[in-house]
Amino acid sequence: MVRAISTLIGFAFVGVLAIALFFTAKDAIQNPAPETAEHEFHLHPKDARLQSAGYFGTFDRQQVQRGFQVYKEVCAACHSLKYVSFRDLEEIGYSEAEVKAIATQWVIEQPSVNPETGEAATRKNVPSDRFPSPFANEVAARAANNNALPPDLSLMTKARHDGSNYVYSLVGPDAYRPQPAELLKKFPDAKTPNGLHYNPYFANLNIAMPPPLTADGQVTYADGTKATREQMARDVSAFLTWTAEPKLEKRHAAGFASVIFIAIFCFLAWGAYQNVWRDVKH
Amino acid sequence: MSFPWAKHYEPKQPLMRWLDEKLPLPRLVYNAVGAGYPVPRNLNYFWNFGVLAGAALGIQIITGIVLAMHYAANAGVAFGSVESIMRDVNAGWFLRYAHANGASMFLLVVYIHISRGLYYGSYKAPREMVWLLGVVIFLLMMATAFMGYVLPWGQMSFWGAQVITGFFSAIPLVGETIRVWLLGGYAPDNAALNRFFSLHYLLPFVTAGVIILHIWALHIPGSNNPTGVDVKGEQDTVPFHPYYTAKDAVGLGVFFLVFALLLFFSPNLLGHPDNYIEANPLSTPAHIVPEWYFLPFYAILKSFTADFILPAKLWGVLAMFGSILLLFFLPWLDSSPVRSANFRPKYRTFLIVLLVDVLVLGYVGGAEANARNVMLGQLATAYYFAHFLIILPWVSRSERPRPLPGSITEAVLTKHGGTSPAKTALASN
Repeated sequence: MVRAISTLIGFAFVGVLAIALFFTAKDAIQNPAPETAEHEFHLHPKDARLQSAGYFGTFDRQQVQRGFQVYKEVCAACHSLKYVSFRDLEEIGYSEAEVKAIATQWVIEQPSVNPETGEAATRKNVPSDRFPSPFANEVAARAANNNALPPDLSLMTKARHDGSNYVYSLVGPDAYRPQPAELLKKFPDAKTPNGLHYNPYFANLNIAMPPPLTADGQVTYADGTKATREQMARDVSAFLTWTAEPKLEKRHAAGFASVIFIAIFCFLAWGAYQNVWRDVKH
Repeated sequence: MSFPWAKHYEPKQPLMRWLDEKLPLPRLVYNAVGAGYPVPRNLNYFWNFGVLAGAALGIQIITGIVLAMHYAANAGVAFGSVESIMRDVNAGWFLRYAHANGASMFLLVVYIHISRGLYYGSYKAPREMVWLLGVVIFLLMMATAFMGYVLPWGQMSFWGAQVITGFFSAIPLVGETIRVWLLGGYAPDNAALNRFFSLHYLLPFVTAGVIILHIWALHIPGSNNPTGVDVKGEQDTVPFHPYYTAKDAVGLGVFFLVFALLLFFSPNLLGHPDNYIEANPLSTPAHIVPEWYFLPFYAILKSFTADFILPAKLWGVLAMFGSILLLFFLPWLDSSPVRSANFRPKYRTFLIVLLVDVLVLGYVGGAEANARNVMLGQLATAYYFAHFLIILPWVSRSERPRPLPGSITEAVLTKHGGTSPAKTALASN
């Protein structure tokens, strides 16, 4: 009885799938999926060759500090970093006094209340503060940016596929370019709308963000490194890799200790197993 | 129950004797996973995976309890509280990555455990109850894993919850009402997040309870083995401890090695980047995909694209739930008295096709929904149902199994003597 019913149900499912398959195939032949500009012209990110990549990855503190400078002088005008605190900067090699200075001198102040009147006010940042958002709220952010919302950057390198390389490529020197002629020839409707910018590393090719790194020397590095556009893109990617995964070095170090410990355990367990079973054929 | 030659617990110490009289807990352990449980001597490494699944559950419960101390189940702050665990809680990154990847490890070992059961016929009499309880555990795990994935309140959490709870709206007439009642609103929000958190904390303990029943039911007939032949005498078995405790330790070591590589060196490999973006009900991700362990079922759901009597969506939902529920009937769909696929050539071929088929479904579940992938998914789904509901009942009656070895010991000794069990069995017939 079970088998009769099951066979019946089985044929019902297979039959419905056969019908579905037929219509899918028919549809695929009659209305082949149109090719899209995104599909053809989207580029995979280039390798940023960061020191944090790979199993032995660590942060190049000099580079992460340079990246912080790029964030501070370029990105921070529009992008928040709301899960990172000023005090966290000590992890990338700034001293306590330097962090305090960075916090106090930060252009955007921390929202607060006037202690006497209770009215909304702002105060200077302290190291325990999170980085303040450049805009009071989403509406203000959109109003200032042609209705586009600059995303928070704290987790950016984990929130995109191949994130570190993505950030590096997206703001790198070859990212912003005129729309290729072949694209417009093949997809006349895919012309980049006014107010957007063609960028083949962006998922839909047209990004609202204007080119952020436009000239060599846009940032004057404290360590004297020449600030080429390439260098700035690489450095800011290193910084955002750190903001997204600040415990990366600890994780790798703990990983090595664990793997060695477990490997020794495996070896001992294997020996115990051989010893226990030595007289039993199995 | 156990075999008559099972060792008996004889406490020598006065304290242990006293305890044994008042509360025979050490005796219970001794008989369950100690020297008092005789186990076939020929188990291979696939028999490690039950213990590994138990270890994985233990890891999930321990890391989960600590994470719950720091997590806030409120749609306004959940995402931020997870980030604070990652950044500010001592070893918080370790706990969270261990819990997230621990779920993957748990599902991985359970899938291998289930495949082992399918290959060696562990679902057959007299172990039907072990199998049925196993399917219950699997369902509980899936519910727990789904609700756990919602808790970080990222984009995939939110939209995954939206899609999964949307299944209920496929029920004719009352579907939408049920969906709203389950969610506590028209879309996933604070009410849904809170009840998911509550159930996510509860279900692992329910699972642990069913696991106790699963092991209890196993101990009545005793463990199956790679030949599928019943235990005939004392020479066929060894005591669980120290023989299988030693072997399980090796398996556990390898399990922890894989786990550590995943956790410490590529903790986000199996996750989706979109879940590092806070949930936003106004922005739908380009591709909504579940975690890897649900992909085959997601592919089954998506394969039903044509209305036929019932709407396509309802077919998809029925098929998706049906694909798991049919496992409850497996012991009766397969009527072959031979357990191990090693002696069932036709079944073995179809089973290997099934395992590949499920991998194909997994690929389709995560891939772009173009015509090629949809058709591939439809074929793979058709095979999945055909395998269990049409092929298996037919094969189990029509195939001629290869001759079985006379006993486990005979199979073991002939293996070491250099002749195949089949040859020996033929000779003795």
